Amino acid sequence: MYRYDEFDAAYVKDRVDVFRSQVERRIDGSLTEDEFKPLRLMNGLYLQLHAYMLRVAIPYGTLNSRQMRTLAMIATKWDKGYGHLTTRQNIQYNWPALKDVPDILDALADVEMHAIQTSGNCIRNVTSDHFAGAAADEIEDPRPTAELVRQWSTEHPEFLFLPRKFKIAVTGSPNDRAVTKAHDIGLRMIRNDAGEPGYEVIVGGGLGRSPFIGKVIRDFLPKADLLPYLEAILRVYNLQGRRDNKYKARIKILVHETGIDDLRAMVEAEFAAMDGPSVAVDPAEVARIEAYFAPPAFETLPATSEKLAQAKAADEEFAAWVDTNTDTHKQPGYTIVTVSAKAIGEAPGDLTTAQMNVLADLAERYGHDELRISHEQNVILPHVKQDDLRVIHAVLADAGLATANANLISDIIACPGLDYCALATARSIPVAQDIQRRFADPVRAKAIGEFKIKISGCINACGHHHVGHVGILGLEKAGIENYQITLGGDHTETTAIGDRAGPGFAFEQVGPAIERLVDAYLDLRAGDDERFLDTYRRLGLEPFKAALYEEVRDAA
Amino acid sequence: MSKLFKPKIVSANDLFAGDVVYMNSGFGWTRKLAEAAIGHDEASADALLAKATPQQEKVVGPYLADVALDDDGRPFPTHFREKFRTRGPSNRTDLGKQATNPERREPLAASGGI
Repeated sequence: MYRYDEFDAAYVKDRVDVFRSQVERRIDGSLTEDEFKPLRLMNGLYLQLHAYMLRVAIPYGTLNSRQMRTLAMIATKWDKGYGHLTTRQNIQYNWPALKDVPDILDALADVEMHAIQTSGNCIRNVTSDHFAGAAADEIEDPRPTAELVRQWSTEHPEFLFLPRKFKIAVTGSPNDRAVTKAHDIGLRMIRNDAGEPGYEVIVGGGLGRSPFIGKVIRDFLPKADLLPYLEAILRVYNLQGRRDNKYKARIKILVHETGIDDLRAMVEAEFAAMDGPSVAVDPAEVARIEAYFAPPAFETLPATSEKLAQAKAADEEFAAWVDTNTDTHKQPGYTIVTVSAKAIGEAPGDLTTAQMNVLADLAERYGHDELRISHEQNVILPHVKQDDLRVIHAVLADAGLATANANLISDIIACPGLDYCALATARSIPVAQDIQRRFADPVRAKAIGEFKIKISGCINACGHHHVGHVGILGLEKAGIENYQITLGGDHTETTAIGDRAGPGFAFEQVGPAIERLVDAYLDLRAGDDERFLDTYRRLGLEPFKAALYEEVRDAA
Repeated sequence: MSKLFKPKIVSANDLFAGDVVYMNSGFGWTRKLAEAAIGHDEASADALLAKATPQQEKVVGPYLADVALDDDGRPFPTHFREKFRTRGPSNRTDLGKQATNPERREPLAASGGI
């Protein structure tokens, strides 16, 4: 993975020193809150419902064991023994004291991490496929691109005060695990007819108050043109994006109001007028970055492991976990492990200090020292030998990390919601916990199959509810929490925004409604292999709407 | 004074710890809602907020929040957001105000609780 050079290291340390001085001046009264707030936000520090919250960037979700141990240490030393994985592959600490934050940032800088640009109207942490560099279906590792974009966008003087925040995601696989069509810019690595690598560039996707699926602005962008072309898009957005209304300030609104064809013409004109070579990065620098992402030294192994087959035959629970929580690796004899941070009844994405340390140990011992954070709030061990799965599972089980539910109904995305977040209008976590408990039986969950529930505690949609097979949006209605349910959303390359089913549900009605929905699906599906999403696409909203509102209708 | 006026208290977050605080009758800050000064009408509520707003070296974001009063005249929150602010995360009762001071958990039952 990428290692800081001297410039990177000095820059991050300098930023810590500057912020330390800003905190001191806030505490001694030299800075008002109005002056301090934009400064703390630039360093990832929010003030939430019960405490400060520090959002730490995990660029494109990649980290090593040393970094994970530092995250664990921070949780113990300066927080309350846990961290929360976010849908943008970051980690959040919910309880830091203001005076400690510079020390936390200093500790992060020691392991080449920071919290820069995790907030504010700038280009945010670049996200990517959490299976990058490991997935069998990958065209190319997206992380060198993500790292290049990170370096280009960090403290880019022209783009630090955009009309609104700006999120870029990169995928190197045709199977989109990075939700690229719901980002301000999505980059899909492709090859043209001549076999040359490049990008399909998607612009104007986004969730939140006004969800839009991104549109293709360039079918094929040669790799060398990446930064000039991104710069052209950002320039057009910076000038044309609305600043009069924050709810209309994202690039998705500009795309919607301008039309993709007119916007494309503006971007291409800007791109043509630009001194491209001065923006494009030196091929030697690209090569330097790419070298950091060279595959680890894999052993030559048979495609399937005899040891694994025997262990699966001997242990049903282990076999179930292997079936749900591992994915095909590009290297024979290896596999990708999804470690569920969704134990039944726990807050989705919360990891304790002990769990972080266990994951660091496993990565170091069995996983080429690599870990990933997924936007689905799980942890990935991207490179493990199939032979080692048995022992990895045993260690995970001891740490409460062996829940066999990846992609199943209890693998729920949930934002922090009103249990933590100052913006939230309703709780998310307890809704997720209730649904998890209702579907705690692993046999039943397995029978239901792939089922993506995504929950947001406000309209900003950090929980990606629009693209959940079942989306749940918590709002306030007449002084109580009320939950709208959407159906048929899809976060993959076949992106779809879910359809709103009807009136909202009270907090305690959500779980029973989901049970009725699942029962209806099991009755209606064409076969055991037909996923909920496919049944929904085949039959449409009506039968599921009827199931959701059955109780209400019967009472009427 | 309008009959529709709901009693109010001033709440904010502590500058240093970030936790929830309430302004008391001495215009200082307490972590207990029961000790908060109550504005019984618009003028007194505005006067409380006016005392809070300049205290930037102690608190962040002071604002007026609606409360109801129990039989002893003590305030309790009426909106669920404010109820959560008196306690902490509902999924982690070992954290926040509810953890450090469970015997003094702010009264919620009077308004139905959550």
